[in-house]
Amino acid sequence: MTETGLQPEALPETVAPAPTAHDLFAKFDPLIAERDKLMSSGVRDPFGIVMEEVRSPTTAVIRGQETILLGTYNYMGMTFDPDVIAAGKRALEQFGSGTNGSRMLNGTFRDHVDAEDALREFYDAEHAMVFSTGYQANLGVISTIAGRGEYVILDADSHASIYDGCKMGDAEIVRFRHNSVEDLDKRLGRLPAAPGKLVVLEGVYSMLGDIAPLREMVAVARKHGCMVLVDEAHSMGFFGEHGRGVYEELGLALGDDVDFVIGTFSKSVGTVGGFCISNHPKFEALRLSCRPYIFTASLPPSVVATAATSVRKLMHAHDKRARLWDNARRLHGGLKTLGFRLGTEAPDSAIVAVILEDQEQAVAMWQGLLEAGLYVNVARPPATPAGTFLLRCSICAEHSAEQIERVIAMFAAAGQQVGAIAAA
Amino acid sequence: MTDRSTILDTLRTQIEPFNKKGIGITEATTFQGDLEWDSLTVMDFVAAIEDEFDIIITMNMQAEIETVGQLADAVEKLRG
Repeated sequence: MTETGLQPEALPETVAPAPTAHDLFAKFDPLIAERDKLMSSGVRDPFGIVMEEVRSPTTAVIRGQETILLGTYNYMGMTFDPDVIAAGKRALEQFGSGTNGSRMLNGTFRDHVDAEDALREFYDAEHAMVFSTGYQANLGVISTIAGRGEYVILDADSHASIYDGCKMGDAEIVRFRHNSVEDLDKRLGRLPAAPGKLVVLEGVYSMLGDIAPLREMVAVARKHGCMVLVDEAHSMGFFGEHGRGVYEELGLALGDDVDFVIGTFSKSVGTVGGFCISNHPKFEALRLSCRPYIFTASLPPSVVATAATSVRKLMHAHDKRARLWDNARRLHGGLKTLGFRLGTEAPDSAIVAVILEDQEQAVAMWQGLLEAGLYVNVARPPATPAGTFLLRCSICAEHSAEQIERVIAMFAAAGQQVGAIAAA
Repeated sequence: MTDRSTILDTLRTQIEPFNKKGIGITEATTFQGDLEWDSLTVMDFVAAIEDEFDIIITMNMQAEIETVGQLADAVEKLRG
């Protein structure tokens, strides 16, 4: 029995077709197809790694196997530092697990201010502003300080957060060829003189690990009356006398040469968060105007407490610094001797990028390394310059000499396996 | 002053090294659809055009340019 009353015996013959929703996901078809093709070749998913256990800054368990980590940005190995962990635990117990609010309203606790104080000490700077991620720091600062009718001039190989900051703001965006001082000069020369201009640079470009000729670039930017922002995400702690970054290493000064430094807690500091450093007298106005700072929850107390402790320890981490550079030289030299094509001629940074022929070779070799017990990053276009496929190694101060030797041996075996280097 | 046909001739010359499929170039030819350029190719090409005409085509303007004809319009305008 039915209680819905009379039912038509058959559907009417002419039913108006329901409007089919245009599938917004159709645009992802090429991406899905590329991924299916790759996965059907039998390889493991390079973007589906799960760390079941993390045993130290340099080792984790992946699918039950102890694996050397050579693809994290834990450059200074601070994630298991006992003082850092103790600071986080204390804050977690005293202030709770989260802030439930914006930095602007109820989300600023003692340790957010302390993390900013630690940064001002580290950079010997007037102002420091902590964001919830490094991505948001670039997004917020770039989109807020360059307005309509003004210009942002960026390197073609800039990080996605810089591009997205440009896209989010109202300024005119001009791009110059990667690390080309001449190209920057030429382009700045074609822009109208009057409007405000921000030149955005990075100390270390994270895909190939190459460093920027900041002295020359800043000189050109200043000649054309531009303000300068440098993202030092991949250099904090081990470039320059105080570890402030490539700008310090190259003899540039905050305020005189560089107006804004962008940094992150998620690399050398070993936690998560982003920041901007400046000596600009009106810098604090950003706290009232920068949307990615205002309209998001602030970092949990434990995170900013670990950051503050770690940043202060990095001021004196001379041993770690020396070990990191030693490891970088050893790995770069070892891979070069094996015959790999690398992103830089010399060990310029803590990133060593191995350049491979195509996606198949890159992923096959990545898998060979993983099975041998080594994790590195696969990078592909559009993240990489000039359409290259890379296996990217980022080195940690806590890698032992023995681990680096094992890593080089694993690269030799996997490289020969896929034909990236000649058999020994 | 550069007249439009001269601009179009120069654009054709500049497109040639990136025209992998060897298709015929008209004002209606699209960079993404017809020439199948990826973002990296577009970037190299735009830089070459900027240098050729001594202009700046901002990324904001690039977002609006889909065809060879639209690019010629933009170059004409920017050249003044």
